[in-house]
Amino acid sequence: MVDPRVNIIEQRLKRITRVIAVSSGKGGVGKSMVATTLALSLVKRGFKVGLFDLDFTSPSTHLILGIEGVQPKEEKGLVPPLVYGLEYMSLVYYSGNQAAPLRGTDTSNALIELLAVTLWSELDYLVIDMPPGIGDAVLDLIRLVPRVEFLIVTTSSLLAFETVKKLSGLLRDLNVPILGVLENMKMTDTADIKRQTELLDLKFIMEIPYDPEIEAAIGYPEKLLATSFAQKVNAVAQTV
Amino acid sequence: MHEWALAEAVVKTAVQIAEKEGLKQVTEVTVKIGELQDVERPIFRFALSQLIPSNFKLVKFRLLRSKAKLKCRVCSNVWVFKKTKLNKDAVEAIHFVPEVAHTYIKCPKCGSPDFEILEGRGIWLESIKGAK
Ligand SMILES: Nc1ncnc2c1ncn2[C@@H]1O[C@H](COP(=O)(O)OP(=O)(O)OP(=O)(O)O)[C@@H](O)[C@H]1O
Ligand SMILES: [Mg+2]
Ligand SMILES: [Zn+2]
Repeated sequence: MVDPRVNIIEQRLKRITRVIAVSSGKGGVGKSMVATTLALSLVKRGFKVGLFDLDFTSPSTHLILGIEGVQPKEEKGLVPPLVYGLEYMSLVYYSGNQAAPLRGTDTSNALIELLAVTLWSELDYLVIDMPPGIGDAVLDLIRLVPRVEFLIVTTSSLLAFETVKKLSGLLRDLNVPILGVLENMKMTDTADIKRQTELLDLKFIMEIPYDPEIEAAIGYPEKLLATSFAQKVNAVAQTV
Repeated sequence: MHEWALAEAVVKTAVQIAEKEGLKQVTEVTVKIGELQDVERPIFRFALSQLIPSNFKLVKFRLLRSKAKLKCRVCSNVWVFKKTKLNKDAVEAIHFVPEVAHTYIKCPKCGSPDFEILEGRGIWLESIKGAK
């Protein structure tokens, strides 16, 4: 008995130039905000971009984008709809607003299924919003999409940064490229995280200040893109 | 229609196995179809027939059915999924991603969504026969 789905994944992704996973060991550091804004910024820069929400049990990107009433088109696979210029894929199309209480094997299976049947077009970037933590989703993604690159998000807290050490250590052991570290929601003026990041021999991409405006921009991509948060993320888009 | 994507995966995998086993002609491929995902067999079969390479010309696809057996992790109840118990939208969602069964199906005995899919989830390539 063989699971045939895994064999088709490479072919499904072959027209995508780069796959970038926005990831962190700790939750709530701003991955979904960064991933969504990064994807939108890349679109604004004229790239062809996909956004895939891999946080199956607590998805957020559909809320940030404020999407409603769109659904993939069923052709010889599932064609993700175009939302604000993005090819957008999420499990919420199928779980709706209800909880999808999934265990590890279920999340793996759902990931394999979506990778096997989603028909992305030719893309410059596929941005992936990861669930928090260093577990099934990270390991599955690396196993199924070996050329994925990681963008690590942290806050200024040492508790968050501690997981940067662990996540980057794992990625290095697995020979997975790390684009760098973003320090998000920065409120004080210290260079601690930058220094520590460089001590790990990782690229410190930049710091993004705490922006009180972004809460009101959730659900309104145009408004989101006008925030100072988005200006920063746009600068990140330039570096990736 | 998205049966095509799954059929493509089956054919690609069968071709790989045939190559590895040195089969010049493949005569039979057996696929198990789980009732949870409930793949549309006529479309799936048609897609298979369109996707096969030339050394599969003589192939007969056997599509077996596998009941969806679910086991509750809370009370250990085992039951068989019947799609007639669900509304159309839920059945369709499960058809696309069987894991969302955990959103729409509850253990009939205790009401928990925490169940294991023992059998009959989606498609499996069961076996492949041919001549060397
Ligand atoms: N730079 C920022 N300034 C102000 N608020 C921010 C900033 N970045 C993120 N937030 C807010 O912080 C909260 C968490 O952000 P987000 O959901 O993107 O984090 P996450 O890492 O994806 O969380 P999870 O680990 O649960 O997936 C959200 O309310 C978001 O609006
Ligand atoms: Mg998130
Ligand atoms: Zn039960």
